[in-house]
Amino acid sequence: MEEDFKVIDNYLMIRMPEEVDHHKSVDISQRADRYIVSKKVGNVVFDFERTTFMDSSGVGIILGRYRKISCFGGKVYAVNAGSRIRRLLLLSGLENIVQLVEK
Amino acid sequence: MIEVTEKKDYRSITNEMRLEFAAVSDNESFARMAVSAFIAPLNPTLEELSDVKTAVSEAVTNAIIHGYGNRGCITDRVQMNCELRGDILEVEIIDRGVGMEDVDRAMQPLFTTRPEWERSGMGFAFMEAFMDDLEVVSEPEQGTLVRMYKKIGLGSWIVSEE
Ligand SMILES: Nc1ncnc2c1ncn2[C@@H]1O[C@H](COP(=O)(O)OP(=O)(O)OP(=O)(O)O)[C@@H](O)[C@H]1O
Ligand SMILES: [Mg+2]
Repeated sequence: MEEDFKVIDNYLMIRMPEEVDHHKSVDISQRADRYIVSKKVGNVVFDFERTTFMDSSGVGIILGRYRKISCFGGKVYAVNAGSRIRRLLLLSGLENIVQLVEK
Repeated sequence: MIEVTEKKDYRSITNEMRLEFAAVSDNESFARMAVSAFIAPLNPTLEELSDVKTAVSEAVTNAIIHGYGNRGCITDRVQMNCELRGDILEVEIIDRGVGMEDVDRAMQPLFTTRPEWERSGMGFAFMEAFMDDLEVVSEPEQGTLVRMYKKIGLGSWIVSEE
């Protein structure tokens, strides 16, 4: 589990779980914030490679981290986001907040 | 309201199931798996499956965190009723929690009463986007009923063509 969170330079990389729902989201957000504070990272990268399910809880995780870091000039990125996750981000109006990265 | 045992015309119903589970977050994935299994015989496309799972996840999560205040009490119950009329799925998610005063306002995209829990106000918008029809009945201190419909099995005629 711990290796799902990795700090590389000024980036916190988070390997998102297979299913991103409310049950999982509280833990992910809390752990991410601990890294953001203790390691002083400026940006957050969400890796959706193994994610097969996401609901609005995932939107909450991304928005929450964005609010934490954007006031310091940080950015949030999404890598390996399939068409489903892109659609959820689009519906939620997150296209200007999350930088989509092709791998 | 929120009366679910009304007399209905069973002649057109081809399958039915009723579930009741504790309003704890572990059951969010259970509810998604249950509805997936229920519609599996209709050969849903992957997209239809994702649509139904997302909508059910939103409604069940709302029941747990808003209806019952996220208190994780094992005696708080969420009911999920599923019904098939041919290839039309009807799902009801019912809680006996706090209910809502203004349903129309609650259903507006981005409206949330729980920003401090990182809710984004997209739950009802997703249910609307991914299902064919959505009805919400709610009464303060009584609870909430979410009823959704979706036609399933756009893929089945492709299979039978072969
Ligand atoms: N079952 C329910 N019981 C009581 N209130 C509810 C229920 N479902 C929804 N609500 C109210 O409606 C609002 C909007 O719900 P919706 O699912 O659209 O957004 P959210 O749950 O706040 O955020 P998100 O779903 O994006 O995490 C909620 O904030 C809550 O106030
Ligand atoms: Mg919701």
